[in-house]
Amino acid sequence: MPLFALADVNNFYASCEKVFDPKLRGKPVVVLSNNDGCVVARSPEAKALGIGMAVPWHELKDGLPGVIALSSNYTLYADMSNRVMRILGDMVPAQEIYSIDETFLDLTGIKRPDELGHAMKARVAQWIGLPICVGMGSTKTRAKISNHVAKKQPQYGGVFDLETLTPPQEDALLTSIDVGEVWGVGSRIAKRLRGMAIETVKDLRDADPKVMQDQFSVVLERTVKELKGTSCLELEEVYPPKQQIMCSHSFGRDISEFQDLREALSTYTARACEKLRAQQHMAGAVYTFIHTNPFKKGPQLSRGITLPLGDQTDDTLTISKYVQNALRALYFPGYRYKKAGVMLMELRPKEMRQTALFDDPARLKKRDELNKALDTLNLEYGLGTVSFGVTKGRKNWKMRQLNKTPRYTTRWSDLMRVH
Amino acid sequence: MNSFQSPQFAAGGQANAILMGQAAEQPERVYRPLVESPRPQAGFPSPAADYVEQPLDLNELLVRNPPATFFARVCGYSLVDRAILNGDIVSVDRSIDPTFGKVVVATADGDIYIKELGKVNGRPALISRNEKHAHTYPPIILDEVQDYEIFGVVTGVVRTL
Repeated sequence: MPLFALADVNNFYASCEKVFDPKLRGKPVVVLSNNDGCVVARSPEAKALGIGMAVPWHELKDGLPGVIALSSNYTLYADMSNRVMRILGDMVPAQEIYSIDETFLDLTGIKRPDELGHAMKARVAQWIGLPICVGMGSTKTRAKISNHVAKKQPQYGGVFDLETLTPPQEDALLTSIDVGEVWGVGSRIAKRLRGMAIETVKDLRDADPKVMQDQFSVVLERTVKELKGTSCLELEEVYPPKQQIMCSHSFGRDISEFQDLREALSTYTARACEKLRAQQHMAGAVYTFIHTNPFKKGPQLSRGITLPLGDQTDDTLTISKYVQNALRALYFPGYRYKKAGVMLMELRPKEMRQTALFDDPARLKKRDELNKALDTLNLEYGLGTVSFGVTKGRKNWKMRQLNKTPRYTTRWSDLMRVH
Repeated sequence: MNSFQSPQFAAGGQANAILMGQAAEQPERVYRPLVESPRPQAGFPSPAADYVEQPLDLNELLVRNPPATFFARVCGYSLVDRAILNGDIVSVDRSIDPTFGKVVVATADGDIYIKELGKVNGRPALISRNEKHAHTYPPIILDEVQDYEIFGVVTGVVRTL
């Protein structure tokens, strides 16, 4: 029987910050989204104060003295993520990196999975100082439920295996968990399910897959089968690791100006996003690069950077913002650039979009419609007929990252200081 | 690394340091040996072709376990007798168990120290090694602080002159 594990880092962004700054330990810490807009991560202490996810920070800050709000430091989080993934990947035969702080692991054939789970937790804690939870199950969907249990029920010490329960124990446990916690069941589907008296994970597990397919989709049918213990999703199936969309070009002539690079990248981003939407996918990260002409004399530069997108998205405007931010980090004046490009990565089918979104659905829908209109126009009248303007206000962007912590692990100038 | 197939890694030589999970500012360098083929298409074969080796890489000396290794900047003179000076960069390996006598990075009540892990009257303590100014650097007795953690063991010092 196959055995999957889902390991993820608790309060990932806030936990990363606490590793390098002991003054934050034991204090309520929140991490804000890009532009310091709203809360995207909370330390346990902040959760205990009742601070919700996705709450706009300006609504909170006056009422809650003592809460430390940090700007998001994605450079640090990406480096810490790579470390976690590497440590866990080295402990198992196969791994799928699902998001910046979650990874599926193949534990099939391992004799004492619970021991391995605790060993993983101990190793990540010692080697990089981050707390993780590990959930195990015969399918990915069951592993995800186990992870939820490991996180919410402290008596298991952060490691839980659904397959160790007797059938009555499993029934009791799954009855206690809301159907909305199931992987792939978003709030909209959950609402409809409740209308059909399917309210708990157990209800959904015991539902008829065929009925679910008729009423909803093959995706939900598969989810039900997975809950019953039939593995339908292989390690890479949901998230093929090699899948990516690239858009890059060499320039007609070498360019040196920031503004020119910005416009070029803006165009490439729009193209890549069109391709992304055409194949009904969303991206989780974007890689941006610029380089000079290695065949010409003169100073050479080749730089690239990957930024995780806050949420899975296919929105040109959102992704453009990340790309432009990346360019600001990459760009040095005084070089003659020959080529630039963007690559969208961590692609997943749109229907699998995670439900924990920080955007309000009405706005997202509007964006979807805007993008759709854009794609239609460009399809009919030729690529590039309509495009988004390059956003101005470079200064604003910087100003809105007021409380960013040092890039402890990627900049010599930002190293942790020890006395 | 078994099946670590993050698409980031597919980006290869262009990847920025943050992709590689290592504490280096510059992209991981891709070294290309001077002679890639033992028989160039024209001219005489290089007499060095069979002797090409990788250039020396300081990471090999300093970073035994990449995902567990961090770098820190030393501020102050409390370990000058152990040849660790103000401004030095130290590599810190969190996967090594701290034992007495090792130089460690440790946090105590919100501050971060680099000290020798030792004992004072049988009690574990963070000890400075600067005999000339010993009175400036009293030991920090660990059971006297409210909250401490050994961050990691110092494995190397980098100093540019």
